[in-house]
Amino acid sequence: MFANLDLQQLLVGRFTIEQIPYHEPILQGTFAGVAVVGLAVLGVITYYRFWGPMWRDWITSIDHKKIGIMYCIFAGVMLLRGFADAILMRSQQAVAFGDQQGFLPPHHYDQIFTAHGMIMIFFVAMPFVTGLMNFAVPLQIGARDVAFPFLNNFSFWMTVAGGMLVMVSLFVGEFSRATWLAYPPLSGAAMSPGVGVDYYIWALQIAGIGTLLSGINLIATIVKMRAPGMTMMKLPIFVWSSLCTNILIVAAFPILTAVLAMLSLDRYIGTHFFTNDLGGNAMLYFNLIWIWGHPEVYILILPAFGVFSEITSTFCGKRLFGYTSMVYALVVITILAYLVWLHHFFTMGSGADVNSFFGITTMIISIPTGAKIFNWMFTMYRGRIRFEVPMMWVVAFIVTFVIGGMTGVLLAVPPADFVLHNSLFLIAHFHNVIIGGVLFGMFAGVTFWFPKAFGFKLDDFWGKVALGFWVTGFYVAFMPLYVLGLMGVTRRMQHFDDPSLQIWFVIAAIGAALIACGIASQIIMFVVSIRNRDKLRDLSGDPWGGRTLEWSTSSPPPDYNFAFTPVVHDSDAWWDMKNRGFDRPLKGYKPIHMPKNTATGAILAGLNFAFGLAMVWYVWWLAALTFVAIFVVAIAHTFNYNRDYYIPADVVSRTEGQRTRELEMA
Amino acid sequence: MTSTTHRPDRTDTATRRGDRGRRLLPLLTLPLLTLLGGCNFVVMQPAGYVAEQQRNLVLAATGLMLLIIVPVIAFTLIFAWRYRATNEDAVYDPEWHHSTQLEVLIWTAPLMIIIALGALTWIGTHTLDPFRPLSKIDTKRDVPAGTVPLEVEAVAMDWKWLFLYPQYGIATVNELAAPVDRPIRFKITATDVMNTFYVPTLAGMVYAMPGMQTQLHAVINREGAWEGRSAHYSGAGFSNMFFKFHGLANDKFDQWIAKAKAEGGELTQEAYLKLEEPSEAEPARFYKSYMKGLYDRIIGMCPRPDQMCVGEMVKIDAQGGASGAEAEENYKRLRYDNRLAERGIEGPGATSPASETGPHGQTQPQGMKPRPDMGNPDVRSQKAPDSQGQSEGEQIAPKQLNQ
Repeated sequence: MFANLDLQQLLVGRFTIEQIPYHEPILQGTFAGVAVVGLAVLGVITYYRFWGPMWRDWITSIDHKKIGIMYCIFAGVMLLRGFADAILMRSQQAVAFGDQQGFLPPHHYDQIFTAHGMIMIFFVAMPFVTGLMNFAVPLQIGARDVAFPFLNNFSFWMTVAGGMLVMVSLFVGEFSRATWLAYPPLSGAAMSPGVGVDYYIWALQIAGIGTLLSGINLIATIVKMRAPGMTMMKLPIFVWSSLCTNILIVAAFPILTAVLAMLSLDRYIGTHFFTNDLGGNAMLYFNLIWIWGHPEVYILILPAFGVFSEITSTFCGKRLFGYTSMVYALVVITILAYLVWLHHFFTMGSGADVNSFFGITTMIISIPTGAKIFNWMFTMYRGRIRFEVPMMWVVAFIVTFVIGGMTGVLLAVPPADFVLHNSLFLIAHFHNVIIGGVLFGMFAGVTFWFPKAFGFKLDDFWGKVALGFWVTGFYVAFMPLYVLGLMGVTRRMQHFDDPSLQIWFVIAAIGAALIACGIASQIIMFVVSIRNRDKLRDLSGDPWGGRTLEWSTSSPPPDYNFAFTPVVHDSDAWWDMKNRGFDRPLKGYKPIHMPKNTATGAILAGLNFAFGLAMVWYVWWLAALTFVAIFVVAIAHTFNYNRDYYIPADVVSRTEGQRTRELEMA
Repeated sequence: MTSTTHRPDRTDTATRRGDRGRRLLPLLTLPLLTLLGGCNFVVMQPAGYVAEQQRNLVLAATGLMLLIIVPVIAFTLIFAWRYRATNEDAVYDPEWHHSTQLEVLIWTAPLMIIIALGALTWIGTHTLDPFRPLSKIDTKRDVPAGTVPLEVEAVAMDWKWLFLYPQYGIATVNELAAPVDRPIRFKITATDVMNTFYVPTLAGMVYAMPGMQTQLHAVINREGAWEGRSAHYSGAGFSNMFFKFHGLANDKFDQWIAKAKAEGGELTQEAYLKLEEPSEAEPARFYKSYMKGLYDRIIGMCPRPDQMCVGEMVKIDAQGGASGAEAEENYKRLRYDNRLAERGIEGPGATSPASETGPHGQTQPQGMKPRPDMGNPDVRSQKAPDSQGQSEGEQIAPKQLNQ
């Protein structure tokens, strides 16, 4: 064994067979579960002979609608993983009191909370947001695809590659224990020498490239590809929120890439950016990561605001109140998002002037946010509100989010933060805004746009059940954490001594169980809806009485979205067209120029995944090989001139003829 | 703007308001009242003047914000009910989307609240800056002239707290005491990873950072014993990184010092280096004396005699810096983060390939006490926990194993 150590190191780096945690019962169970479900999925795909269509129509697809749908499916799958972590944490904290150590030792528990935070932000919330933007933005601005369709496919698969790297860490080696932002010096080479932090770094670097490119793509799409007549102040509000979000992405993600690159230099080649000794300073990391991290919060919430605005005005059957002030609020939030990062570490001793500056800028953000809430309120005023499931999410959101906003502003008061920072109060606060804001928004958005994507509505009953469980589950799970925070209880504890706290953690665990019922209801909702799809079918393409352009085309929209590019006269373009008695043109179709599918995105992402894995395990030959291969494939792709085609006019004519018949039936 | 805390005449009202808040709190959580019997809302009922002002600020800020939050929630629900589609009586105005008066209102109402809150923040942040020496010991009493604050040097280590009392020459591990009504000046640092020093009853938290010093000024106003802890995750032993904080009357504090002097050993160089190794759930411990200049050596990242302190290097740099062989030599002596690894000790967040602990927890990281069986056959078959942990403290929960 020892003699061939060098050869082994050369071949597989620091990997040894002991790195596969086959001893761990929890992981044995998980692995068995993953294997069974995985095999079942593969079996179903094979049985229905879906491999070919899956490759041709989905994996290599550059259609923004399909990529958007795949983003949402990916986010849903990762939500299950992140939520499994949450259930483990809640059960551990509900039982680990006094003599009872619970079932998770600290070094396993620490990986779980790190993975939970990182997965939920980067691989659930981000893909959900990007997915909805990808699906809806081109349709809302009357475009046929995004500006760079291939880049879109590549971005998606890079995000998936990052997510897969995190998933692999579950079964090969282990994950980081250095919290979801990997603060040094704890995450440095001296304190965390293993593969955990490296998995974290490479997963984020690879997924981060995808996010950044998708941000550039959507900005270009919104700026350059709007339908004629759609001036900036006639953009649907969701597009405005997407634009602001993507500007935030493009300006913020390079900072994350840079700070993680510096951390990896510290870890891999022994530089001293963030070490204790030889001139390093970990406070720089705190600043840099939060200069990305705070805008990230708004990257997540702004699209949710957009979704809520669209839904409120659609289901109130009324024009959005204060469109202009909504837009200005979005822009103000975008700018201010860069001026508040220090509120994440008031307790680092920055001095009173700096702390008050950042505290007050943080509070100022609540002014445009408050204005938006008032705008939704006054959109409801004198409306005729149809309480379908998406609208119910909106009301649940407003009530929940203002509570989270209030505790957020409270935490922005530095002396108050001194007693509440790093406590469960903080945990309750950000789950309050991320679940109550982002996640509710994404669920509302999925329910809202699902009939557009698939041509049938989601089952109403199970949608309401899911909403009920999620909302009550959220309150039962997180209100006790506010209480515990006021008792001075700290986050990230694996074990507690004080038995009087236990009851609160038990309540929180019950809340997590309710949320689990909510997730189960959502899965049932999808199954039931797919089974009853004929009954839930919508032939009109406009099931909710929509206001924006996506509802003017069929459901699901044809590959080319719009047979004729619409001409826009109003911010609620489709509503305006309907009011003025829009006549759908029935002839004069022309061939439509469309981009062609390509496998390059998936191949590049696969190479990146292999590169990440090689870097994590120090398999230098593989890292070098894949690194070169990435460039070769990317350059080779630039010589691919066979990248577009025309949909012939008679195909368009046939598709539109079908649509005409459907409209007559509807 | 009612509750500002920097003027004596106003702080009285602030405290009364705080008291009222304390009475109101159970009302707010009325349905859960039965649960609250055994609970200690230490953040809401602190025993130190600084924490009390912070509590008042929490209550004042919450009150200010409720002025706008409650109407928003109420109107949302009212509008949602009133304008439901089935209510044919309600006015329906599909094109109504602008009102200058309302726009002005919805921007200025939050603005007013934020102006009030901003003023409160500015004043509160400056008066409660942890680096600022206290001018009052409670709402009524100024710090008497000539009072010398109690100096405590707090060091966050893996995973315990070392407290040095330079005025008394003693040191303690995981136990802190202070005389009632005497201002305390904490100087805070850490050995290798970040932590926060937090005694909720006394004052808000401040980061403890290696190679750097933060400060906290506070005062305890009541006798009693409370818990203090690190509130910033710092590795495997973090959950057990707490200490007892005692507020003692003057004579009892003197007795406590005398006890430390009588019972404690000496914190020598060797003892310190041993103490520095990772260990969790350390019992409270006293030292009658500690090595000269220990705190400066901890901040200078040179606990070993052969290491160069950062200050020394700064001096050399100021004089033009070293070069050649001398620089090489200095570089070696300045290495600090690798010191545990060199001694074969695992870092606080070490993971499997480097540390030889198994992946995913068959074995405990170094410095951790053995955990009982967690459904893991490997732990059960493991005999003596010889290589695990330097501390000889009692095992946390061997009971289940003995059944």
